[in-house]
Amino acid sequence: MDELTSVYIQECREQLAEMEAGLLRLEQMPDDTDNLNAIFRAAHTIKGGAGVIECAYIEHFTHRVENLLDALRNGDLAVSGELANILLACCDHMGSLVDVLAAQQAEPDAALSERGDALTERLKQILDNADTPAGASLTVADDDDASVESTGGGVVSNDAWHVSVRFGPNVMRGGTDPLSFIRFLGGLGEIIGIETIADALPEAAEMDPESCYLGFEIRLQTKAGKADIERVFDFVSDECDLRILPPQSKLDDYLRLIAELPEDTLRLGEILVRCGALTQAEVDRGLLAQQNAAEAAPEEAPPLGEILIDSKVVHKEVIDAAVTRQSQVTEKKAREAQLVRVHADKLDSLIDLIGELVIAGASANLLAARSRNGDLIEATSVLSRLVENIRDSALQLRMVQIGDTFNRFHRVVRDVAKDLGKEIELSISGADTELDKSVVEKIGDPLMHLVRNSLDHGIEPVETRLACGKPACGRVSLNAFHDSGSIVIEVSDDGGGLNREKIRAKAVERELIQPTDALSDSEIINLIFEPGFSTADQVSKLSGRGVGMDVVRRNIQALRGTVDVASTEGVGSTFTIRLPLTLAIIDGFLVGIGKASYVIPLDSVVECIEHRDLGGERNFLNLRGEALPFIRLRELFEIDGPAPARESIVVVQFAGQRAGIVVDQLMGEFQTVIKPLGRLFANLRGISGSTILGSGDVALILDVAALVRIVRQAEESRLLPPSSINTPTNIQIASPTER
Amino acid sequence: MGQLTPARGNPLPAATANTAVARASEAPAQYLTFSLAGEMFAVGILNVKEIIEFGHLTEIPMMPAFIRGVINLRGAVVPVIDLAARFGGKPTTVGRRTCIVILEVIDQEAHSDIGIMVDAVSEVLEIPPGEIEPPPSFGAKIRADFISGMGKVAGKFVIILNIGKVLSIDEIAMLSGIAQTGEPLPATEAAA
Repeated sequence: MDELTSVYIQECREQLAEMEAGLLRLEQMPDDTDNLNAIFRAAHTIKGGAGVIECAYIEHFTHRVENLLDALRNGDLAVSGELANILLACCDHMGSLVDVLAAQQAEPDAALSERGDALTERLKQILDNADTPAGASLTVADDDDASVESTGGGVVSNDAWHVSVRFGPNVMRGGTDPLSFIRFLGGLGEIIGIETIADALPEAAEMDPESCYLGFEIRLQTKAGKADIERVFDFVSDECDLRILPPQSKLDDYLRLIAELPEDTLRLGEILVRCGALTQAEVDRGLLAQQNAAEAAPEEAPPLGEILIDSKVVHKEVIDAAVTRQSQVTEKKAREAQLVRVHADKLDSLIDLIGELVIAGASANLLAARSRNGDLIEATSVLSRLVENIRDSALQLRMVQIGDTFNRFHRVVRDVAKDLGKEIELSISGADTELDKSVVEKIGDPLMHLVRNSLDHGIEPVETRLACGKPACGRVSLNAFHDSGSIVIEVSDDGGGLNREKIRAKAVERELIQPTDALSDSEIINLIFEPGFSTADQVSKLSGRGVGMDVVRRNIQALRGTVDVASTEGVGSTFTIRLPLTLAIIDGFLVGIGKASYVIPLDSVVECIEHRDLGGERNFLNLRGEALPFIRLRELFEIDGPAPARESIVVVQFAGQRAGIVVDQLMGEFQTVIKPLGRLFANLRGISGSTILGSGDVALILDVAALVRIVRQAEESRLLPPSSINTPTNIQIASPTER
Repeated sequence: MGQLTPARGNPLPAATANTAVARASEAPAQYLTFSLAGEMFAVGILNVKEIIEFGHLTEIPMMPAFIRGVINLRGAVVPVIDLAARFGGKPTTVGRRTCIVILEVIDQEAHSDIGIMVDAVSEVLEIPPGEIEPPPSFGAKIRADFISGMGKVAGKFVIILNIGKVLSIDEIAMLSGIAQTGEPLPATEAAA
């Protein structure tokens, strides 16, 4: 696939997403013209691009859609639910067509073209219905000379409007951008030719960058009337010099236009030729005839038109089509200049390299410290600070806002709500929260499951809601925020909540728990993440296959994340997903036990305190009045050798809980490049990965939350009667090490 | 298997040609032999990536004894398996000639490296397929499915290991899960 096509496909996908978002907004706010224009622009950009890469099937279909949108914009059609549905379907179809292009097939397969034809037919019907009453105002373009107020001269063989505009110097000071008018004009129809007149531009030294010196000659093919075109320039009507010639205008009118405009006549003639309004011969003869006539009788010029007709100036030639095409290409979006598209692979390899750089830097630091050479230590510390900065900015490159992922759900919510006959609105907050691209890509599916689950099982039918005294319209919220080094995504609904008794009964039925098990409320509701668990009485097409929640948890765990649910019956449920910000490099805190080193993620470290052996078997201490439980890593990891006289405790915090970890040595902060341990250690709990130290040794990264869970379970199984510990071992959160 | 085609076009006497073809059609004939707890073992040379001296190794807590730990192999973290312990014997004691043989195993269509600890590496030998006997049904003191054959070298038997089984990642991951939680995990989780 050539580069142009792949860029086009990328752009199409973006435009389609914009268009879809716009269409969804359209339903809510049919009167928002900005929105309508945005939709139109998206469709138009797609069509224009399709023309450039010569992809006829996209161009044709999009053209139909554009026609309908045009009618909407002109007020010939009213926005209705049905119309929005059709437009959304069209949007989907355009997406499929782009997929066809991406798959490098010559044309869409039979089923797809059939769907396209059906949609085209629908669009046509709607348009035809709309045309009848509103047609009158649009006839200018369709009718013949009758409505054109021109006299004399032959008709110029062109069916486009000619717009000639000279912007005044103060246009840009007034805060308007001439380009936006032209773009808007492009929205009215199709600009088939455009020429920029920069003759008024003074010498560079005298030029005022805030003044506008430009003018444009534009050929516009549109069904809109003259008034519509004039309205485009309403904003600057005082500031610009606007002339509009209708299609099929007489040559005379063009000549008059040439004469009226400030620029040199010959040059203007050339420009008109270039933008496709006239042919060279027409201009030459017209001007010549005018000149002769003026010389012959300055007082009373003979009707120019007659001369022209006599000399048969009216040509049927068409100006080179290439000119038209080129001017379409130049229609580019300004915002693109601020963005650079980079292949994701390049970024990944950059991150990998930086990972190696961090490791190499650590080893250089170590050697420098050993050499006791002050200058060298100084140099390496500067270097390592820079490396740290590079690392941060490189990771920043991969950070994307979660908003795009969230916005996809507008459509899902709308469609599903319609299917289910419920009224549901989606509210989104924290859309600007950033997280690693690789995480964003993988979180889409689990989120989709959760949202669908909320829509299907969470939100009750309207009657039930009303009976409970809730508003008829249910609400599903997506929220994201940062919390101590991880990102938290919440999916909540104001539906019926989870029924603990039902879950319990189901779990017993599925033999996930024993009827005698004593479980806390949160343990019960978290049972829904067990494989093969589904409480939906009916299997619907959305959910209820009993694989959803279990898959959700597994996918999230694969990202080193956790998922939890909290629910109040009758009030609603909230699913909370916790994910690490990045999968590649973290800030760690290095500790040592015996000869081994371990890394604790720095985000979870609260403080470090000295640990004096308090004696006894109890594993908690008094931390400023708080009973802090702690883990003796030496015991847990069965590390040989006696503990040193002075141990330290690292106080860690996670998900609102605090715990201490007893270690021999504190070795300080350490930039940790995560090396996954591989599938061999997939079942390893308490260790989330490994890293390579400056010395070349491998250190293990501790998963604090899992460690605490292991210790707690071990203690429970020692102290509690055996029957009641069944479930906690099942719902433990794994810590897969692969990314 | 196309045995006839090359034999026909071959100018060598029929008998020689046949054995040559037979040898070529059988997979690798070269093996790396090493000693482990007084016994000689062999692995196909095509599995071997490199042999390194036993160096600093990081132990992984809460793992079965046969997973000795991980090493840093030029920036990659590679797990090291104690073969003697894997075969159900005592963990290997590190001696002067202890080596780590890095083997490449295919796991879910991806290559991954695993190191095995051996007491000493001996040599690379060519064992013709004719000299390889099927494994005894019992008596070798290691699991029968770990053995791909018994090679006869200088009148002695060398146990040719089936690396795919010995270093089965699925099985090891499952065993490590058992070691940690003290109970077998559900099959789905072990597979995942």
